[in-house]
Amino acid sequence: MELRLEHVSHRYGATEVLRDVSLTVPEGRILCVVGPSGCGKSTLLRLMGGLERPDAGAILQTGDPPEGCLNPLTFVFQDFALLPWRSVAGNVSLVLEDRPLGRRARQAIIADVLERTRLGDFARAWPRQLSGGMKQRVAIARALAVRPAVMLLDEPLSALDAQTRELLMEDLVALWSREPFTAVYVTHNLAEAVRLGHAIAVMSRRPGRLREMIEIDRPLEAREVGDVELEARQRELWLLMREEARAADAELVDG
Amino acid sequence: MPSWLMAEPRPVPFRGGGFAPRPRRWVGWAVFAALIALAEIGTRTGFISALTLPRPSDVLLTFGELYRSGLLWKHLLPSLSRLAVGALIGASAGIGIGILIGLFSLIRAGLVPLVAAIFPIPKIALLPLFVIWFGIDEGSKYALIAFGTFTPTVVSTFGAVDNVDRTLIRMGQSFGLSWLSIVRKIVLPGALPGILSGLRVSLAIAIILLVAAEMLGAEYGVGAYILEAGSLYDLERLFAGVTILSLLGLGVSAVIGVAERWLLRWRH
Repeated sequence: MELRLEHVSHRYGATEVLRDVSLTVPEGRILCVVGPSGCGKSTLLRLMGGLERPDAGAILQTGDPPEGCLNPLTFVFQDFALLPWRSVAGNVSLVLEDRPLGRRARQAIIADVLERTRLGDFARAWPRQLSGGMKQRVAIARALAVRPAVMLLDEPLSALDAQTRELLMEDLVALWSREPFTAVYVTHNLAEAVRLGHAIAVMSRRPGRLREMIEIDRPLEAREVGDVELEARQRELWLLMREEARAADAELVDG
Repeated sequence: MPSWLMAEPRPVPFRGGGFAPRPRRWVGWAVFAALIALAEIGTRTGFISALTLPRPSDVLLTFGELYRSGLLWKHLLPSLSRLAVGALIGASAGIGIGILIGLFSLIRAGLVPLVAAIFPIPKIALLPLFVIWFGIDEGSKYALIAFGTFTPTVVSTFGAVDNVDRTLIRMGQSFGLSWLSIVRKIVLPGALPGILSGLRVSLAIAIILLVAAEMLGAEYGVGAYILEAGSLYDLERLFAGVTILSLLGLGVSAVIGVAERWLLRWRH
């Protein structure tokens, strides 16, 4: 399934957040969206996932979601959004309970996704007992459980420390290599963008417009920390964004 | 030569700590015991006259007598059943309406001003009205307790629903959960801590109203017992009755404590 945005504009009251954004999320690839803070990249993601309606333009899905897909457009949130009153398994179970699945099938899916995210031993733990990285892995397991056609990741690693972020990036690459998924990955971290993105959409500051689309051909598995080519791409991205970021930083929040 | 080279090294003064309540189980009991001991010694030595305060040991004797004569249960059981029925009606109506206010803007707009208007009315002032509406017997007492429990429960319940983390609700929507599932699995468990702490206040108010209702017209009941003792200026019996109320309050609070530990076990 492909996701396509056509001339999408959006405003909150008097503030114009997005102006005429058109882009395509190709199947089986990860599209990273980067931009200075307040450029509307999270809004863009919420629009794609149907949590908000655009003021103008259209968001279209073409093609059918894959077989067995329960929730085509699935979010992974920055603050994890786990229910503290449910165990790890319970949090995954939550998103399967409204679906026409037998108890058996549900248990099998839960066991499978927890195993894929290396959480099998923690099925009965409460969220408060988990580290930040583990919490986000639970959220990723929950997203995988509904077999999404497109994963919408909203700064998924921003609440984590640098080492945990590195580990989780490796996890994401491993998950994608095992079974390629389509994803939109919003981040302000350029290192994450060049590690995980097949394509990188660079947004301008508010009102957010699509400034440039950068393709990185090197396969995800072949990208490593300290890779010279990636560092060069990251530098290129930074030069592209630098002035925008400086200007965005000098703006009042509700301008 | 810089001055720090010549000065003696000193330890950095500590200025952290505090502001972190820790459990001190025995202190509460010690305060009780000290106050009672003080009253006992004071009344025995004559420092406190018998008209000012009854001797604690005499209160205990009166209590024992009350227990042996079987009058204790005769007074306590009707009180407990009034409290149970009234508080159950008031608290469940309060939680129900509070949740509806929290979920539906129309109901909120309609009922919040109404609740704000009836909250400050001393419910005891309405007792004559309740007697006409619900009869002089148990009905008016149930109504008074229920009504008094209802308002604080409503306010704390819709506050608790308002405080449920919106990102969790958005998460539920983004996974295509049904409206009912979101309410049942996200909103209600999220509001539960606030609802339970609201119940602590509501049930204490229920006990106050129970006594008030029984003072205004009941043959048996802790309130009637206290009123009778008071009008005869029988301080020992008065204090025995008041002690029963305190124990009742402690009991209710303990029950809520147990409910919290069980229902909110994911918290600690």
